[in-house]
Amino acid sequence: MDVPTAALVKDKLLKGLEATHVEVEDITAQKCSTSFRVLVVSPKFENKPLLHRHRLVNACLTEELKTIHAFEQMTLSPEQWEKEKAQ
Amino acid sequence: MFSLLRISCRTAARRALGPAPRRGVSEGAAGGGGSDDGAGEPGGATRRRLEGLVRKDKVVVFIKGTPAQPQCGFSNAVVQILRMHGVDNYRAYNVLEDQEIRQGIKNYSNWPTIPQIYFDGEFVGGCDILLQMHQNGDLVEELKKLGIRSALLDTEKEDKK
Repeated sequence: MDVPTAALVKDKLLKGLEATHVEVEDITAQKCSTSFRVLVVSPKFENKPLLHRHRLVNACLTEELKTIHAFEQMTLSPEQWEKEKAQ
Repeated sequence: MFSLLRISCRTAARRALGPAPRRGVSEGAAGGGGSDDGAGEPGGATRRRLEGLVRKDKVVVFIKGTPAQPQCGFSNAVVQILRMHGVDNYRAYNVLEDQEIRQGIKNYSNWPTIPQIYFDGEFVGGCDILLQMHQNGDLVEELKKLGIRSALLDTEKEDKK
């Protein structure tokens, strides 16, 4: 299986989670192997507890996570994202 | 506080790279280079064993390394957060020492990565979730539910003037 790229991960998240905003940072250089840090903003996260949100992201990237070594994620609802930006 | 954790994550990761890496560098569901237990459920015995482990103590973490010597930045972050809250009698399992636990716990929680945190036998999440709970105050509340008073509550009182 090919190692996923940041672009692929971003695309999957945008489509799979109807995300309004996605940032994918390839942090492989800081870790032992293929690693990403992602920020996902999606209305699907509204009123969902953190664990549920993270599971949605994991489900979206099931195939990719098989070859990704380390994965960090921040999941925000559109409202939370607006607050974040305002700070 | 967040940036402090980030620095220590990288430092711990650099330290972790020092000794020869173990076979399983990847923490993907396949568990790195070799054995893939498959996407299916772990054997009944493994599952029962893990169920026993996560329920045995109020706070249980599965990490790479030990609380004294974490072998991964994320595992180190978990240890540091718990320390900040004054949680010191938690149970930590070193997945690097036990391959059955290492793969089994991922199947058990249906969660692809280590570290994993359990409160009262229930899966809480990984490092990201613990960090966010720490930042937004949820962790103090969750610890309260376990009958654990966070050390930060006392620190806050001192900070407020």
